[in-house]
Amino acid sequence: MATLQTRATARIMMSPAVILLFLWMIVPLVMTLYFSFLRYNLLMPGTEEYVGFLNYQYFLTDPAFFTALGNTLLLVGGTLLITVIGGILLAIVLDQPFWGQGIVRLLVIAPFFVMPTVSALVWKNMLMHPVNGLFAWIARSFGFQPVDWFAQVPLFSIILIVAWQWLPFATLILLTALQSLDGEQIEAAEMDGAGPISRFIYLVLPHLARAITVVILIQTIFLLSVFAEILVTTNGGPGLQTTNIAYLIYSQALLQFDVGGASAGGIVAVILANIVAFFLIRLIGKNLER
Amino acid sequence: MGSITLEKVSKSFGSTSVIPEIDLEINDGEFVVFVGPSGCGKSTLLRMIAGLEDLSGGRIVIDGKDMSNEAPAKRGLSMVFQSYALYPHMSVYQNIAFPLKMDGQEKSAIDKKVKDAAHILNLTNYLDRRPGQLSGGQRQRVAIGRAIVRQPKAFLFDEPLSNLDAALRGNMRLEISDLHHQLKTTMIYVTHDQVEAMTMADKIVVLNAGRIEQVGSPLELYKSPKNVFVAGFIGSPRMNLVEGPAAAKHNAVTLGVRPEHVQISKTAGLWKGTVGVTEHLGSDTFIHVQTENTGKITVRTDGDFATEHGQSVYLTPDPSRLHLFDANGQAI
Repeated sequence: MATLQTRATARIMMSPAVILLFLWMIVPLVMTLYFSFLRYNLLMPGTEEYVGFLNYQYFLTDPAFFTALGNTLLLVGGTLLITVIGGILLAIVLDQPFWGQGIVRLLVIAPFFVMPTVSALVWKNMLMHPVNGLFAWIARSFGFQPVDWFAQVPLFSIILIVAWQWLPFATLILLTALQSLDGEQIEAAEMDGAGPISRFIYLVLPHLARAITVVILIQTIFLLSVFAEILVTTNGGPGLQTTNIAYLIYSQALLQFDVGGASAGGIVAVILANIVAFFLIRLIGKNLER
Repeated sequence: MGSITLEKVSKSFGSTSVIPEIDLEINDGEFVVFVGPSGCGKSTLLRMIAGLEDLSGGRIVIDGKDMSNEAPAKRGLSMVFQSYALYPHMSVYQNIAFPLKMDGQEKSAIDKKVKDAAHILNLTNYLDRRPGQLSGGQRQRVAIGRAIVRQPKAFLFDEPLSNLDAALRGNMRLEISDLHHQLKTTMIYVTHDQVEAMTMADKIVVLNAGRIEQVGSPLELYKSPKNVFVAGFIGSPRMNLVEGPAAAKHNAVTLGVRPEHVQISKTAGLWKGTVGVTEHLGSDTFIHVQTENTGKITVRTDGDFATEHGQSVYLTPDPSRLHLFDANGQAI
């Protein structure tokens, strides 16, 4: 795109795609914004009227909102912790030469290809079920009382399921980063008297820093909107124990039929996501500059 | 102190033997260069001395102690790698300080040693930079700095200059030789470039296919190569190796004569030939002559000798500087 003509042509050629994408984003956003200022309940059609910030007031003062916010942060934080630490360990193991490496790598990546609803159902009915589940069977065969996962530790169960799904992604990214580590650097550190732990702290971790920030950024974007796993397993319960923001908005709109309130919740969620994104981008920008 | 002895050291990967048994004595303070064509096992040998590669057999004795199975860090050697292997996220200071930090030394002692090393290597102004912000030569010096702060018994260099351009290579060659005179520490240097070997070494070890062909000072190797391989490898341009009747006249299978020991004349001489490519270097001229009975001969003559492509010339080798080899390629 060197000359003026080619630049103008390029702009014209690109514009349909850009305009389409822009509309795709702006129309739903504006409509949500519009609905959030209306009293709009599906059970009372025809009574829509402008109510100002009333929807926001109700949504933000709802005790369920703060519970949901806390759950969302716990879900994101817990999953990130498990996937990043687990991903680093798995990547290091998979980077070692061993027999059957190819098949093991394939198996490790497999969970990523299972859709969320399916994996949540498998976990719910085949693994964590207090009567028929594999975990319950293991517990019983050792003579322990089986854990009723979704009743006793519901949020932790959801975190486990989501972490299981995202672990392959983290492992894959970190493994490729690990493979790009220069072997001579490791050898040089060995000559310099660094043991395995020092080599990990001073060489491997700094080398992985960039990949770790990428994993955190991408996962955070997706984990803020975890929904299918909750719907399939706990329906947000018991009580509000596994309700996150996404699920709260869903229940507002499609269980209580309050479109106005749900739209206000949606806008709040957008703002929250942007706050998180702001800090993440700053963090990453710092890390990528090096 | 830093004397290293290799006793019947061998290496094989699976069933392929890379290095059959090697015996070698390296004295304290010597600058030893391993030289050979690529794939001759010289880097493997260096890595075995460093401890980065296991021995398949034999012993490595450093300062009288058997170090064959010691970890690399315990052997008291430092290595400079071909790719420099600097730690990219650390500053120059941290890079040089790393081995001292791993050794658990005190901060003030580390600081002094790093500053001293930086002073010797002219790196004082670059201590805060990262390796990515340095030029090739500076990176090379940081790698050397990281090696010298540990005050090792010996330095190991693995083709350290092959990533630099020709002018810088010449400079660094001098700097490393200088450093050797300053520190008087044993140095083992691996290269495939016989010019580096000739200019820097106290002792050259010529390797071929894992075997030691000859060990000696640069001039020894130049003046009396033990076999055809060493004769052809040491010296630039290569020694002319002639087979057939010209060699048979001297009761040898192969006759070798260096380009600088051949007289070229336009009127009379022993071998007649026509001039091929002429390379003018200013100080010298290399003339490649296609002779009638003895194949291609390279001649080194002074820069003013004028010839044209296709011209007839006569060559006469200096009879006192002939190298004769038998059927096994050994010198007679």
